Amino acid sequence: MIELSGVGHRFGDRWVLRGVDLALTERRVAVIGANGSGKSTFARLLNGLIVPTEGRVRVDGLDTRKRGREVRRRVGFVFQDPDVQIVMPTVAEDLAFGLKHHDVPKVSIPGLVDRALADFGLAEYRDHPAHLLSGGQKQLLAIAAVLVTDPAYIVFDEPTTLLDLRNKRRVVAVVAGLAQQVVVVSHDLDLLADFDRAVVFDEGRVVADGTPAEAVAAYLALLSG
Amino acid sequence: MLSLYHDARTPVHALPAGVKLSILVAVGTAVFFAGSAPVLGASLGAVALLYALARVPARVAWRQSAPVLPFLVLIVATQVLIAGWVVAALVGLRVLVLVALANLVTLTTRTSAVVAAVEAALRPLRPLGVRPERVGLVVAMTIRFIPVIKEQADLVRAAQRARGVERSTAFLVPLLVRTLRLADGLGEALDARGVGSGERSRRSRASVRAVRTSDPQGDQ
Repeated sequence: MIELSGVGHRFGDRWVLRGVDLALTERRVAVIGANGSGKSTFARLLNGLIVPTEGRVRVDGLDTRKRGREVRRRVGFVFQDPDVQIVMPTVAEDLAFGLKHHDVPKVSIPGLVDRALADFGLAEYRDHPAHLLSGGQKQLLAIAAVLVTDPAYIVFDEPTTLLDLRNKRRVVAVVAGLAQQVVVVSHDLDLLADFDRAVVFDEGRVVADGTPAEAVAAYLALLSG
Repeated sequence: MLSLYHDARTPVHALPAGVKLSILVAVGTAVFFAGSAPVLGASLGAVALLYALARVPARVAWRQSAPVLPFLVLIVATQVLIAGWVVAALVGLRVLVLVALANLVTLTTRTSAVVAAVEAALRPLRPLGVRPERVGLVVAMTIRFIPVIKEQADLVRAAQRARGVERSTAFLVPLLVRTLRLADGLGEALDARGVGSGERSRRSRASVRAVRTSDPQGDQ
């Protein structure tokens, strides 16, 4: 379980999150909010990419401030822009990269890479330069590269923002089929419709927390208000 | 070496990356001491045979080599003016042998194998403080991000043209800003993917984000 207690975070003198107390127990949790609402900072707190200025974030009891490395092994993170996430020149090499840095035995890596390539329809692109993939293929590779390391939780930071409708649907289907607990930060309200829980952020605070229908209604009221 | 690996099962592909790189260095040194056209011509022929042995299609070899040709022409033309035709031909042949052989190494060696070879070569320097894995990572990421930064440069140029600016010295500033943002995101991604402790990069990112707080595009 991911728990946040009394969490606040500031960049310089500006507080971007204040007073966040949440226990994320549902399998699929959505986080919505306008630009600058603090939701991307919230996402980065969940796997210790950012440690809170005040309060604590714990993943399965591990404090992200003290056990960041272990937390990041449990919590995979898919970035909005796959170009920053793909660090190796070719598709297969990028899949192998994460495994190597998660101390997976060398002999097991080729088999896991092959399976991930097949699962995500990327087998024919095995030795393809990553920069020549389409936007959708890059996002699928970014997701595959996280999933191949078998994290217990996956955080997605606006995974469909840069995609066309066809690729968006592919990514939505992948997210829907995941067995892990997922936290998805998104502007895309359609993506979140069948989630178990949705949290709305505004000006760094949680302003609504409930079913997606309730949260979306609160969010739309906020926007129109 | 921009990840243009051409997959095939041949003896050239099977040769370890470290051996191929060593041969490349040795041949690269030798051709600059070779002073006769027949020797250099034979070297070029040998490289051509290696291409055939590696089953690299002519169009792939051409696509890989074509971007270098304008530079080759420029070098030869300069040598003609400075030292005459004979020396220019020798210099041209030397460069051609070297480029063709380097391209063959690129086409027949996966980047991961090159990185592993670099790491293996640097391992004896570990007691001196060199971290071979970090150097290997830098090599791989350089190969990965050259085309990404070129895309960023193309985007900046296109945006400026769209606004009616054909040539501007202000080109470098937006490119630098985009590249720094890319580097910032990349630092996060490396932490997220299990490289490094994250402590040092978190501190540097905190300062970048503090600067960004007035950035209307930056979602917090």
